[in-house]
Amino acid sequence: MTHMPSRRLFLQAGLAAGGGLLIGLRLPGHNRALAAPEVEPFAPNAFIRVAPDETITLIMSHTEVGQGVYTSACMLIAEELEVGLDQITAEHAPPNNALYADPFLGEQATGGSTSTRAGWKPLRQAGAAARIMLVQAAAEKWHVDPATCTAEHGVVHHTPSGRSLSYGKLASAAGLLPVPKDVTLKPASAFKLIGTPAKRIDTPAKVNGSLRFGIDVQVPGMKIGTVAASPVLGGKLISIDEAAARAILGVRDVVKLDNAVAVIGDHMWAAICGLKAAAPKWDDGPNAGLSSASIVQSLAAASDADGVEAHASGNAKAAIASVTKRLDAVYQLPFLSHAPMEPINTTLHVRPDGADVWLGTQVPPRTQAVVARITGLRPDQVTVHNHYMGGAFGRRLDVDSVEQAARIAKNLAYPVKLIWSREEDIQHDFYRPYYYDKVSAGLDVNGKIVGWLHRTTCSSVMARWLPAGMQKGGKLDPDTVECAVETPYEFPAQLNQFVQVENPGVIVAWWRGVGPTHNVFVVESAMDELAALAGVDPIEFRRRHLGKDPRARAVLDLVAEKSGWGQPLPKGTGRGVGLQIAFGSWLATVVEASVSERGEILLHNVYVVADVGPVVNPDTLAAQLEGGMIFGLSMAMYSEITHFKGRVEQSNFHDYRALRINEAPKVHVHIVNNPNAPIGGVGEAGTAAASAPLANAIFAATGRRLRRIPFATGQLSQA
Amino acid sequence: MFELTVNGTSRQVDVPADMPVLWVLRDVLAMTGTKFGCGIAQCGACTVHLDGNPVRSCLLTVGDAAGKQITTIEGVGATPEGAKIQKAWLDLEVMQCGYCQCGQIMSATALIKAKPTPTDTDIDEAMSGNICRCGTYVRIRAAIHAAAAA
Ligand code: FES
Ligand code: FES
Repeated sequence: MTHMPSRRLFLQAGLAAGGGLLIGLRLPGHNRALAAPEVEPFAPNAFIRVAPDETITLIMSHTEVGQGVYTSACMLIAEELEVGLDQITAEHAPPNNALYADPFLGEQATGGSTSTRAGWKPLRQAGAAARIMLVQAAAEKWHVDPATCTAEHGVVHHTPSGRSLSYGKLASAAGLLPVPKDVTLKPASAFKLIGTPAKRIDTPAKVNGSLRFGIDVQVPGMKIGTVAASPVLGGKLISIDEAAARAILGVRDVVKLDNAVAVIGDHMWAAICGLKAAAPKWDDGPNAGLSSASIVQSLAAASDADGVEAHASGNAKAAIASVTKRLDAVYQLPFLSHAPMEPINTTLHVRPDGADVWLGTQVPPRTQAVVARITGLRPDQVTVHNHYMGGAFGRRLDVDSVEQAARIAKNLAYPVKLIWSREEDIQHDFYRPYYYDKVSAGLDVNGKIVGWLHRTTCSSVMARWLPAGMQKGGKLDPDTVECAVETPYEFPAQLNQFVQVENPGVIVAWWRGVGPTHNVFVVESAMDELAALAGVDPIEFRRRHLGKDPRARAVLDLVAEKSGWGQPLPKGTGRGVGLQIAFGSWLATVVEASVSERGEILLHNVYVVADVGPVVNPDTLAAQLEGGMIFGLSMAMYSEITHFKGRVEQSNFHDYRALRINEAPKVHVHIVNNPNAPIGGVGEAGTAAASAPLANAIFAATGRRLRRIPFATGQLSQA
Repeated sequence: MFELTVNGTSRQVDVPADMPVLWVLRDVLAMTGTKFGCGIAQCGACTVHLDGNPVRSCLLTVGDAAGKQITTIEGVGATPEGAKIQKAWLDLEVMQCGYCQCGQIMSATALIKAKPTPTDTDIDEAMSGNICRCGTYVRIRAAIHAAAAA
């Protein structure tokens, strides 16, 4: 077995178990906050297998949450490997460690990123390396110079002699060759597949119901359970009516934890009825008095004082001390639940000598670790079977539900699928933090911003989730100021601060769009307010404050053109603009909305212009922007988690609303062709871009400035 | 014991009369294409056809469904409208995570069966009970029009 790592390329190659060529590669983390340091020894987290039977498989320990990453990853490999997209299939890293991971490390390596951005270079390099090795294998067989061979559609040709061999026939010989030290990648102009709207590969199983999400797992002997945890975080279970629960037909077991109860039965209905009959009583514990009003009060009070400095250039406080026109605004963004369509679920089988876990997770290693910790097993005795996820939006980056499931399942001799009700999902989420942001800015006589102060007051996800990601000696959570420190604009003086306020009654978590979803709303709302204060058109006002960045200007100019900016609209309708540089992508957005006399907000059109650098699949890119935009508008219109007496007040989609098709605007996506720039991310960009242009459109339509999300829950009907 | 006809096949199930068809399909008959999303008829993920009409199986009891024809996502492709909708869904790449889409396809199939050339308003009415958290509405609308034109 040959193990020849190329550290330069972060590649390894060898002979696959069962024959054929196996390439292992390491995909870096997509979010600098989530990026793990490069580990030693080299640990691949994705594999490409060229098998003797001509199948080519990409095996990723990464997971598909709906953004089409499997398709994009296969496109990147296929481009350099010189195969068609129909010749390559993608798989979740299988639980079978022996087949894929053993040749390199002896364990299934996981982690890293699911994004196209992370794979842009490594996947192409891996495809190129595999192609070079296959060509080399053919050349050695024919005793010819590899430079005289060509590869096309999974076959190596030697044109001078008219010979050819398929990849499958060459794969095992190639598996014995060293990895090339360096590979030259095709220039963008030579791409055949990249940049085309190739069909997604995971979709056929999604139209006929055959695709299995975590919740669809079926294991022999499995029972099904549902759970109620203390409605107040930190509360304890006092008692249940166990006899009543067990009296329900089909109920098999009742498991009591200190802070939760699970009822397990032959099917979900028995479990649901059993849990209802159990009628748990709770001691609400130390957070019984928690309410949204008290949380907001504490944030507001803390926001009066200076915080940790995230950025300072010039003397912003002095600069705005004497201006004639200034803005002093408070923007508020609520706690949010993730509410992915697929409710939280975990299937577990705990045995004395090992455990199996079936679920869809964004963090397989954390899943394995938590099950090991709770069961007392070694991590290598815990096998994680990862599945497609019915959305995640950040929810499945946490393993609290897996921990709870393990505490329950270790009391049971059989496999159990534990499903949370939607109510449990919304009321026991880890929530996007509440942000209380103060912006002060001043204009000079020419309507130019002379100073900009932005102070964010909130709790920190980073401090909980990845303490090593904190900066300034653990005091600064960089996520809280992402897109606040770096804006598309240049201000002569700028000060950014972070005030950390932790709230014991609410655990906070990543949410789609992370820092930018928060800060783009604040910055782009404030810019709009300042434009109005200056009496300048909002797009023109932004243009005047742009730095030298040509990409920002280009997307802004194009969105003005595409949206018909400046052209007349009916009374009560307005256009609002937003501009952002986030996730390495440049986005300008115009939302066209109207407000009825009763104060209802109607969304008509959204124009998005995106410059993401090279485009792997324009159709997937457009879909991500459309979906991200709808997700962000849903949030801006309706989403808000509130607390009273320690409890979350929302419970299901009737009071934690999502935009429906009759409320959704048309979304027009325009992609700027910029193939030679670094590649940017898009999965979260649309969500971050949505709320500010909507607030700005409402202002244009009505003259009312909404500084608090959500907008459509009565703010406009209040005087 | 109840007798259900699912995708044309008769199935005997020994379950309580008030058990929703959603859980009978998923947990008793091992047909997991019909999805659980909310349990209170708010999201549409569990949509099936009962005698051809779209219904939320999370609230449809097995007692009420007995003796009627149930069609699920596993069987809807056998109908001409279902096949057309599934094809349009693939052609227009509607799916993102896909979790809501079985329900969307069931609602959309019922719509074009009832109204072979639906207007945007028809689509709003027929599809507003189906939530998609991934926000695929733009393409759902386009795919229904495409299927109707096919
Ligand atoms: S699960 Fe039936 S409508 Fe949501
Ligand atoms: S495609 Fe994910 S919820 Fe609709």
